[in-house]
Amino acid sequence: MQAVVEVKNLDLAYDDFPVIRGLNFSVKKGEIFIVMGGSGCGKSTLLKAVIGLNPPQKGKVLYEGASFWDEDEAGQQKIMRRFGVLYQGGALWSSLTLGENVALPLQLYSSLSGPQIQDVALLKLGLVGLSGYADFYPAELSGGMKKRAGLARAIALDPDIIFFDEPSAGLDPLSAKMLDDLIIELRDNLGATIVVVTHELASIFRVGDNAILLDAEAKTAVAQGPPKDLLANSRDPRVIRFLTRGEKQGAGQ
Amino acid sequence: MPSEKLAFDYSKPKTLRLKLSGNWQLSAGLPALNELLSQLDSHADVREIGFILSQDFKWDSAFIAFLFRLSQAAKQKNILLVTQGLPPQVDKLLKFTPPEAEKIVPHKIIKEPFLDSVGTRVIGARDSTLSLLNFLGDIVLAFSRLVRHKAFFRKDDFFAIVQRCGADALGLVSLISVLVGVILAFIGAIQLKLFGAQIYIADIVGIAMVRVMGAVMTAVLMSGRTGASFAAELGIMQANEEIDALKTLGVSPVEFLVMPRVLALVMMLPLLTLYADLMGILGGFVISTGILGLNPVEYFNHTMSAVKLSNLWIGLIHGFVFGIIIAVAGCFRGMQCARSSEGVGEATTSAVVTAITAIVIATAIITFVCQVLGV
Repeated sequence: MQAVVEVKNLDLAYDDFPVIRGLNFSVKKGEIFIVMGGSGCGKSTLLKAVIGLNPPQKGKVLYEGASFWDEDEAGQQKIMRRFGVLYQGGALWSSLTLGENVALPLQLYSSLSGPQIQDVALLKLGLVGLSGYADFYPAELSGGMKKRAGLARAIALDPDIIFFDEPSAGLDPLSAKMLDDLIIELRDNLGATIVVVTHELASIFRVGDNAILLDAEAKTAVAQGPPKDLLANSRDPRVIRFLTRGEKQGAGQ
Repeated sequence: MPSEKLAFDYSKPKTLRLKLSGNWQLSAGLPALNELLSQLDSHADVREIGFILSQDFKWDSAFIAFLFRLSQAAKQKNILLVTQGLPPQVDKLLKFTPPEAEKIVPHKIIKEPFLDSVGTRVIGARDSTLSLLNFLGDIVLAFSRLVRHKAFFRKDDFFAIVQRCGADALGLVSLISVLVGVILAFIGAIQLKLFGAQIYIADIVGIAMVRVMGAVMTAVLMSGRTGASFAAELGIMQANEEIDALKTLGVSPVEFLVMPRVLALVMMLPLLTLYADLMGILGGFVISTGILGLNPVEYFNHTMSAVKLSNLWIGLIHGFVFGIIIAVAGCFRGMQCARSSEGVGEATTSAVVTAITAIVIATAIITFVCQVLGV
């Protein structure tokens, strides 16, 4: 199947401190791809390089063959319009209502009329289970609702690819499961390719078609494959420790 | 006139089949619904709407929005909308369309009736004054603990604040003070030239800078620079619950955060005022001797004889009072900050406005007192 996102020989660093070295992976069209790993292994740093916020030290991030960091500004903008991002805290604009938050990308980048933009924005809020909340301000919402509203904004322009940064962080188990279900529904209903950065095992096993495991010491991916297969078949003690929350130590440990 | 993307087929009795082609995505836009509605009006016998899709038909949620509006219109006219033949996800997505009444209402500023707004402001001013008095009381208590060596704050933080509101401000204070001296010299020259008394520019620049202008200009600068930064820092700490964390640890935020800032600024502002005085006099000196042609030695002697020690003390008192005003305004607004990004913006603006207003009022009071005392 065609790779939508490809990361080739990626090196990431904060000044002289290397975070990730020689990372390679590819995300196929329509799959839910998980970037997993413990705290401090560089998951969020990797996400920032992939979505165009921080340039890598070396290597390439390819979107259907086009190298993001080699494009000019217009090219980068064009690629960025193809993806939506759900940030950890939702990152909603606090001075706008939820409806206005979702409508803003449509006002900027769609060719729809005002009433049509309203309908699409309300549809997106309905998709994430926030019908009736269009006139609420972010400050009036719970953490889980903020994330769902952030997701409605991320999918406003029907992106081909949706990135999720720690979607379950700080949520109660039921809200976390609701968000996991939403991720699967978005893939099924909108046909989006989804990349989730997380360390929540329940989410990883529930939604993940494919995954890489980043390791802070190795500073790269130490395993790649469907999460359930990794749990069943991997002999790498780092993989076993992570996927069993340290309950099994793996061979030789 | 039919759109390129939308054609109408009436070949089946009582049925309108919409032939959809081309791009129905967000980026391409949608045909206006009016065209379709007028078709329905002119074919009143239509009881069913169906769809025929062409090979090049592309869609996304924009098409769902179109279908949503179409379904509402069909419902009103008792026409059945048959979604067979559409992509299978369409039916699923249509379930998420909003209730008919829901709308995104643009946020409007609600204008309060005049009397309500006066009442709100009066109550707000009373509450704010009470909070300020409480805050000043807390600061006095914190300083009393400092005197008894019981205050808890990090000395490293204090020295960092001293550095930030002292040495780091020298560049900006130099620039503005020199320019104020230059302006005073030029303005003085225009009038004094009429009487051939240009040498008195030295007196005007010297007395004005040392007695009030040095202190006022430094204070205005520092309220925009340091007062605003105090408000923003404390406001963000409030929004991030850092201040709550201090309280639950049993540490007084006023002692730990406010007192070092007040102390640092009260120490630094008189020193910056002295520095600004010198820079202002230097600015006046350069213009008077370099451009207006005055004798440098004579200018220096005139300045020395005009500027009395009492002027210097008055300038330093101004600096001391302004230091308290700026630090208290910045910290007070920061501690009062609402827990949002808008709140931080409001706190910062409010800190600067409060400080500058209070500086002008304090200057008027000190000037009046000096006049009464004859100094």
